[in-house]
Amino acid sequence: MRQTLDYLKETPSQTAGPYVHIGLAPGAAGFEIYKNELGWDIAGPHAAGERIRIEGSVIDGMGSPIKDVLLEAWQANAAGTYAHPEAGGTVEDGFRGWGRVITDFETGEWGFDTIKPGSVTDGTVGVMAPHISLWFVARGVNIGLHTRLYFDDEQDANAGDPILNLIEWEKRRKTLIAQRTERDGKTVYRFDIKLQGEDETVFFDI
Amino acid sequence: MNQGPFYQRDRRWQPPALTPDYKTSVARSPQYSMISLGTTVSEITGPVFGHNDVDPRDSDLLTNYAKPGESPIGERILLHGRVLDENAKPVPNTLVEIWQANSGGRYRHRKDTYLAPIDPNFGGCGRTLTDEAGYYCFRTVKPGAYPWRNWVNSWRPAHVHVSAFGTAFAQRLITQCYFEGDPLIPICPIVKTIPDDEAIEQLIAKLDLNATIPLDTIAYKFDIVLRGRRSTYFENRPEGN
Ligand SMILES: [Fe+3]
Repeated sequence: MRQTLDYLKETPSQTAGPYVHIGLAPGAAGFEIYKNELGWDIAGPHAAGERIRIEGSVIDGMGSPIKDVLLEAWQANAAGTYAHPEAGGTVEDGFRGWGRVITDFETGEWGFDTIKPGSVTDGTVGVMAPHISLWFVARGVNIGLHTRLYFDDEQDANAGDPILNLIEWEKRRKTLIAQRTERDGKTVYRFDIKLQGEDETVFFDI
Repeated sequence: MNQGPFYQRDRRWQPPALTPDYKTSVARSPQYSMISLGTTVSEITGPVFGHNDVDPRDSDLLTNYAKPGESPIGERILLHGRVLDENAKPVPNTLVEIWQANSGGRYRHRKDTYLAPIDPNFGGCGRTLTDEAGYYCFRTVKPGAYPWRNWVNSWRPAHVHVSAFGTAFAQRLITQCYFEGDPLIPICPIVKTIPDDEAIEQLIAKLDLNATIPLDTIAYKFDIVLRGRRSTYFENRPEGN
């Protein structure tokens, strides 16, 4: 008998389409059906660290913001620990580290409140600079895109980050750095994701 | 035996970003190559959900938006199956979310203006956690086909949008479930973003007579496969062996 390998194939992806909100963020889209919406509170009330806001948009090849994006964030706490059994540590009560937002139907802007994550140590690649993993889908996007957000006030850590240093073209690393600003005494980082063009954001095949 | 890195995603099985027959992808597809990262701790971890996050009623689309004693119009179906990984192991306690048009092909969404009416008793979304065996089940109505602006005369096959998490951010997946026998499947430009016909077959739920409830609800089976991981058995041997 001929031997075969009995692995399964990963289910193929399909676009989330223009109506993703009713499934994954009904409350944010003004449709009341669930008692609690998932992904609104990333850090919870007890998390240590600096409270920050992240804002941005996703820009298409014509330079227009995309207005039907659903974006998810995944991050460690200020001590660099993920809220996950394999992360090798504990996190503050109520810290989940995961968030989900949609872009505004008129402006295409997204934003979320969280805490600034700490550096994360990985068993293989070493110490990674503070970062937030981002994944998003939209109409016209056939498979969700993964990228990372780093912070412009972490220059030394960024310079030593093993993932940023994987990117051969130094100028492309800049596409992953969020810009710090202050607004009404609050720290806001700006992170625009560009799908095409000379300053196309770096996306990861993870 | 520990869990190691994830198997690399098969990009020839998955749809590429640029698929010109699906017109919206043209201006929304990255043009530079992705950077191959492998999975660090940031990718092998992911959000954990529990029974506080979902209500058992969330998985019943026949009742989760209907007025008491009323029911949505349409063919009553069970959409059920298992979430597995590429090693064919069940993925327990993972969040599965769905959304869909009603039986006339209309979404309860401000941007959907199709002629078919909104069904006052149908919301069109549901969510559930898989059980210990990776099993999930939704009760709903079979969605209708609907037109969309791609070519002049484009119709989507009946489909349910499906989102699954697994245990890691690297496994995050959104797809669409189609129904066996639908003649619109092989001519849909969104279906055809997937290059391999065998891969498309993986998205077609099969009629499952054994799971139907006689005189009540017909059933379709749809298994979801998320990325699998290497075991690190050999790498864990002490050095020098
Ligand atoms: Fe749809």
